[in-house]
Amino acid sequence: MARERFRKHINKLENEMMDLGCTVSAAVGRAISALKDRDVDAAKKIVDDDMIINRKRWETEENCINLIALQQPVASDLREIIAIMNIITDLERIGDYAEGVAKIVIMLGKEPLVKPLADIPQMADKGLDMLNRSLKAFIERDSDLAAKICDEDDEVDKLYEKTYHELLSCMIGKPDTITNATYLIWASHNFERIADRVTNICERTVFLVTGSMQKINVSKY
Amino acid sequence: MKFKTSIETFDLNLFYGDFQALKNISMKIPDKNITAIIGPSGCGKSTLLRCFNRMNDLVEGTRLEGRLVIYNDERLGNVLSPDIDLIALRKKVGMVFQRPNVFNLSIYDNLRFGLRIHRMLSKKDEILAEIQNSLEHVGLWDDLKDKLSKNARSLTLEQQQRLCIARVLILKPEIILLDEPCSALDPMATLKIEELLRILRNDYSLVIVTHNMQQAARVSDYTGFLYIGELVEFGETTQVFTNPKEKLTENYITGRFG
Repeated sequence: MARERFRKHINKLENEMMDLGCTVSAAVGRAISALKDRDVDAAKKIVDDDMIINRKRWETEENCINLIALQQPVASDLREIIAIMNIITDLERIGDYAEGVAKIVIMLGKEPLVKPLADIPQMADKGLDMLNRSLKAFIERDSDLAAKICDEDDEVDKLYEKTYHELLSCMIGKPDTITNATYLIWASHNFERIADRVTNICERTVFLVTGSMQKINVSKY
Repeated sequence: MKFKTSIETFDLNLFYGDFQALKNISMKIPDKNITAIIGPSGCGKSTLLRCFNRMNDLVEGTRLEGRLVIYNDERLGNVLSPDIDLIALRKKVGMVFQRPNVFNLSIYDNLRFGLRIHRMLSKKDEILAEIQNSLEHVGLWDDLKDKLSKNARSLTLEQQQRLCIARVLILKPEIILLDEPCSALDPMATLKIEELLRILRNDYSLVIVTHNMQQAARVSDYTGFLYIGELVEFGETTQVFTNPKEKLTENYITGRFG
């Protein structure tokens, strides 16, 4: 096969993207645990580690740019590099949402919560599961799975809506819970956004496989 | 794909003796656009191009089947038929080759040559006006207007290739065929010729054969991919180079074979 070296570079890009994906997925998992356990030390570590995610994203983006400049990719090769460039941006942003949750854990400290977390971890776990499967769909070039994952964003939106209204009721009933409840709304909003970013990743997989750029699921939020 | 058609072929077959070099080619070349023909060496790119002005007749044992019409011109008829008026055809369909093939004559005489063959114009001032017009078209007039008596072979390769294009333009063709027009040129001259082609596209239909896929991607509006004598895919260049319909095209343009 011609262009062996080029193929190796593309495979390397894909590996780098998956490595970033694993790091981001771990960060989201750690943020969920830190929130559940109210673990401020773990949260601080997540905030510090976001630098690693940012660095990996910049490195991969630079490698994408170099490959475009030097190898003039076309067709599915070009679509793959463009897809990777977009996905690493979404992954990096998901990392920021994990960092955002970690900062909320730090702000909450050991204060008792206004209500049990209830739906927030469920929503976060759903988003994390969608993220892991979106990466699998990319690697396996499974556009059907990618489209299905996009539809699952509705479940996350519903959980977010429920959490939001419950926390608003808390605030209305007991104004002294406003600060604490606002933090939890922020945390749940971060998790809701993670699922939205996952739909972007899935859309890139559909683009890679079919060549068609389309919004598959428009999030309510 | 909706466009006005310049050249249309219907089940075009070409044989060199027993060897079939082109197989059932049915395609439409759009008017006032650049169409690139790409494909691996020996796939029939140049052979197809040469059908458009019947240059293959020079190869012994060539046999043509099918139909080829230009601007649906009934008076000209089927370009593939043996009794077509070749002089009229080649005036309509000009050609530029790989290496600039200027004659060992002055710049002026190079340009006047075709006019004389086709018995066009005889008054000196009319001839000069046309020479100026064609040289302006290819961006050479300002550099050469005072050197028309200089031998054309003293020009740079890029200028020579521009002169060859001017020599085609002076005959007022409708279609210009270009067979690897930049393969003898350096990268900068190549880009300049490509810019010229983009300008000519406003007034002429251009068909370019190139083994340089990046050139096809840069310069053309439509691309046809030929493989072992068959037209595998024809489409808008943007589509062919970002999302080809055929796996064979995909494999070729991404360098998986060829």
